[in-house]
Amino acid sequence: MTQATADHASAAVTSEEIDVEFRAVTKRFGSLTAVSSVNLRVHKGEFLSLLGPSGCGKTTSLRMIAGFEQPDEGELLIGGRDVSGVPPYKRDVNTVFQQYALFPHMSILDNVAYGLKQRRVSKKERHQQAAEALELVRLVGRDTHRPSMLSGGQQQRVALARALVMNPRVLLLDEPLGALDLKLRKEMQIELKRIQDQVGITFIYVTHDQEEALSMSDRVAVMSNGVIEQLDEPRAIYDRPLTPFVADFIGDMNFIDGQVVEAADGGFAVDAGQGVVVRGRGDVARGRRVRVGIRPERMAAHPGGGDGRANSAPSEVVTKMYLGDQVQIVARLASGSEVIVREQRTSADPALDTINPGDQVAITWDEAAPHLLGDAPHAVEKETP
Amino acid sequence: MTIAGGEPAAAATAVDQGAPRRGRGFAPRYPGWLTLPSLLYYAIFFLGPMAILAVFSVSIQSGFGSVTYAFDASQFSQIFHSDLYIKVFWHTLIMATGGSLLTIAIGYPVCYWMARYLTTYKMLALLLLVVPFWTSFLIRTYALKIILDPNGYLAKDLGFNALYTWKAVGIGLVYNYLPLFILPVFASLERMDWTLVEAATDLGARPFKAFWEITLRLTLPGVVTGALLVFIPMSGEYIIPNILGGGNFEFVGNAIGDTFSGAQNWPFGSALSIALMAALSIFVIVYILFATREEQFGA
Repeated sequence: MTQATADHASAAVTSEEIDVEFRAVTKRFGSLTAVSSVNLRVHKGEFLSLLGPSGCGKTTSLRMIAGFEQPDEGELLIGGRDVSGVPPYKRDVNTVFQQYALFPHMSILDNVAYGLKQRRVSKKERHQQAAEALELVRLVGRDTHRPSMLSGGQQQRVALARALVMNPRVLLLDEPLGALDLKLRKEMQIELKRIQDQVGITFIYVTHDQEEALSMSDRVAVMSNGVIEQLDEPRAIYDRPLTPFVADFIGDMNFIDGQVVEAADGGFAVDAGQGVVVRGRGDVARGRRVRVGIRPERMAAHPGGGDGRANSAPSEVVTKMYLGDQVQIVARLASGSEVIVREQRTSADPALDTINPGDQVAITWDEAAPHLLGDAPHAVEKETP
Repeated sequence: MTIAGGEPAAAATAVDQGAPRRGRGFAPRYPGWLTLPSLLYYAIFFLGPMAILAVFSVSIQSGFGSVTYAFDASQFSQIFHSDLYIKVFWHTLIMATGGSLLTIAIGYPVCYWMARYLTTYKMLALLLLVVPFWTSFLIRTYALKIILDPNGYLAKDLGFNALYTWKAVGIGLVYNYLPLFILPVFASLERMDWTLVEAATDLGARPFKAFWEITLRLTLPGVVTGALLVFIPMSGEYIIPNILGGGNFEFVGNAIGDTFSGAQNWPFGSALSIALMAALSIFVIVYILFATREEQFGA
């Protein structure tokens, strides 16, 4: 899955056509800067997610593409054309709204045909196209129903059909699955991906759900405080987070701060104090105080104390939990910060079964595990991910 | 009055459809006899006068202010064969219709602006619009008379001398009943989901078209309720044509008043009242048919 997605993405990246481009776009609401000098190029046919916590500027960015908001600074291009001042009804993009925004007084068929009616497509023709769109989203036999008679998942499909029938250059999706329950959400994720493959329209997808973004997208733009922190393929976002924010936001991450004591041949050693030395790969200047991140699944726990070598930290077990096929241990390092270790039970040290909270364990990892995440924050923080 | 009876019933049905109906719940069930005091009040003080009116309308005038009970429909045929009363009915209908339309034209934009663009001061604005309602209807109408007076600024400086004409009556009607229209319309615009308008423009509808097909369409039930709420009392208006029309412009209400208190012809006055009620009932029936149809999509 990851492999296929990555290949698909690289194919898209090399293509010439850019559907949407942000050039240093800034948007302010009063004293709040919602989007701050964002640059972004969305390639034709790709599935791009804007991922971030609420208030990060992802929805504002989407609304600027749709034309509901105008940038205060910078340029926004759709299909290579500057769209500043172009109203939503003249843009070749369509939106799937978070709460679907179906017209309650119209039948399902009329809802889907609404946009075509604005284009003055004949009644027969637009009803036929609407029916085809409903078939594409696999919602048949509900043509004459009112939206209120449909379930959330079905309304979602209508909203999708209503936008797709317009055959826009770009489809904008504003947390479209947010209101659905988990099972339905999983189903719709697969559906959305299938539909996108089938129609080949560029999808820009806003979500705060990292799993959703990582599993569906060709590329993910992780946003925070109005800026794009990292824009990359899902696998790269997870494997090589560039900033502490991305590392923390995507998946779980253990943070260790310390001073770089050795830097040579593309490797480094960080002294984290209390006898813990982190060795990893990457270029960094000696003497800098940096933050490194290590994924819980890249760590292993072994009963007994540490052996004083690098990439091994003596610690005390705080909790142990079985998560089906995995075992998760929360351990406290000598420095007082806590780390999460998650191991496959089939590959974990069998002796782990007998350890209990309060026991001593050695937490180890290999040299490929630590990520350099830039300067360590000055303030002394609690290092619980 | 009919509308007051019809409204809660319609609202109750809407609530029933909104909430999922459960079988035997633990909700307390109230015994029907608890409504007896209310029903009794209705029977004596609401249905009673109506019954008296109905009986009087088919009785015979026997002297000044007294009646002989009978079954005689001549009062009604008298109404329909008199040019004078047909004209009064016609006047009333035109003025109430025109007044209602003008109320919509003035009230809707105000409600729209308040509901869509005001945030902090929304409720304050609503309060300011409704405050005049707390003062006596009669006093307000006299106050309006001062503004419209031929010696007032409006007449002297702006050349708008309308007192004792149909224009003054129209202004009075709209002014006095505007709050009654604003309340239901504001309520429906307040419930409006504005992302639907965004969705319409997103799909290519120009702003006015989106307003017409979405906003106005979805708030239409509120507009119809509001319009009916002002149309009915406007049709029965007595004070405004009296004070601002100065007897030059009569409504059915004035004719009824004159018949009772001036001519002391109770049977004919009763017949006029019944005829007015019958005419208004037509509008209410149309409204109820409309309202039940609207409920199907719960707008």
